[in-house]
Amino acid sequence: MRVRIPTPLRSYTDELPEVEATGATIAEVLEDLDRRYPGIRFRMVDEQGRLRQHMNVFVNLDKVRDLTTAVAEDDELTLMQALSGG
Amino acid sequence: MSDDVVDGAAEVTGEDEAEGWTPLSVEQVLASGARPAWETADGSGPGRLPASGPVLVVGTRKGIWLLASDEERTSWSVAGPMFLGHVIQHAVLDPRDRRTLLVASRTGHLGPTVFRSSDLGATWTEASTPPAFTTGERLERSLQAVFWLTPGHADEPGTWYAGGSPQGLFRSTDGGDTWAPVDGWNDHPMWETWAEWPEQNTPDGSMLHSINVDPRDAQHLYLGLSSGGVFESTDGGADWAPVNLGCLALFSPVPDPEYGHDPHCVRLHPLAPDRLYQQNHCGIYRMERAEGRWVRIGDNMPTDIGDIGFPVELHPRDPDTVWVFPMDGTDVWPRTAPGGRPAVYRTRDAGETWERQDTGLPARGWSTVKRQAMTTDAADPVGVYFGTTSGEVWGSADEGATWTQIVAHLPEIYSVEVGDPVGRS
Repeated sequence: MRVRIPTPLRSYTDELPEVEATGATIAEVLEDLDRRYPGIRFRMVDEQGRLRQHMNVFVNLDKVRDLTTAVAEDDELTLMQALSGG
Repeated sequence: MSDDVVDGAAEVTGEDEAEGWTPLSVEQVLASGARPAWETADGSGPGRLPASGPVLVVGTRKGIWLLASDEERTSWSVAGPMFLGHVIQHAVLDPRDRRTLLVASRTGHLGPTVFRSSDLGATWTEASTPPAFTTGERLERSLQAVFWLTPGHADEPGTWYAGGSPQGLFRSTDGGDTWAPVDGWNDHPMWETWAEWPEQNTPDGSMLHSINVDPRDAQHLYLGLSSGGVFESTDGGADWAPVNLGCLALFSPVPDPEYGHDPHCVRLHPLAPDRLYQQNHCGIYRMERAEGRWVRIGDNMPTDIGDIGFPVELHPRDPDTVWVFPMDGTDVWPRTAPGGRPAVYRTRDAGETWERQDTGLPARGWSTVKRQAMTTDAADPVGVYFGTTSGEVWGSADEGATWTQIVAHLPEIYSVEVGDPVGRS
């Protein structure tokens, strides 16, 4: 599926704003993403498997925090990072 | 250009030196393999990396800068930023191989990690397994920040320690590429009692810092918890015990508890490893380990200055000489220079007497020097350096007698460490 990458993580994807990854759940897609772009997952997901605070995942237009949510090949995953502070 | 300098600007940009300096993002550095460009410290033109002399690695809230001088330490060049926009808690050049530069980063809302360079910032790689707590552990801890980095014992050349927030301890044995939790600390039956859970973003809130390795024995370690106290291991981190006798904890209902203290910075002198110095939330202390009791040498500071601060720094050849940077710990604890008059204080008799060293420092200043933001070099006379929360780096080439501003207008400075990197000429 198509995965949209926010600018803070594009150093992992050779600056590509969109990449391909596969999986039956969001968690599996992020694991596949990490195989393709090592290190990217830990910046988004902590060592207990929790999505980090202020890191947002959208399946198409729906904001999802449960990484076990099932996804389909024709879904689009958008990763976003909110920013706060100066 | 002489043969003993590296012309960073020309190498990086491919432009004429007169074109000046072009800031590099980490992505550009990673992509180009280019060295960071050097310019004069005031930004007026191309700078240089001398073949010898100190290199200061400055970690800030917004990236890393390098400062370099020849052995005279009177003229400085600056390179950076590297990792612009990344929050850098600590950056340390390995004194053993004089080549490995490790950087503790947590940026925005991305998870913490460690970056590595072996060519003074020309190229970077990320740790393939960054410091992290054990997945699935009982306490479900998640590392929020890598706060502190310490190179390991000289006989263990690839070993590094990292301290975190929450107050975890991590070890690498391959030069910082892969990290593992030190279970003896992180899973100690007393961890939940000794340690605090972070409630604020690092460098505020609680963290593990001041990891000290006994140069006689790689198994003998100390660490500091803010808050929590000083702890010691004699078996390589398998077990730990508090070492806080004699130290005050005035914010505690019991003023002299076994643990729960707030060491800000703890240093073990490499030439006298049984002597420890501590800048604590509640004063400046020295311990002779055989005595097992902290002695408040800050009682000998002027009463109108007090003995509150963050860093405590050592003379590399004289265990009796120590520098501190006092801050205001009265009232609501503004933690700025007392009276707005910045000064370093030095003792040359292990804390019996202190002298004020402020020649060259501004008559008025309201910044703070954080616990990793002061350091000393190994030259003779010793160079002393500190970075402020207002983005200035100050240096003294005469052991604190006189001070000059090396660079200003950097972001808030979190760490200043000195190195003598190889491969410069």
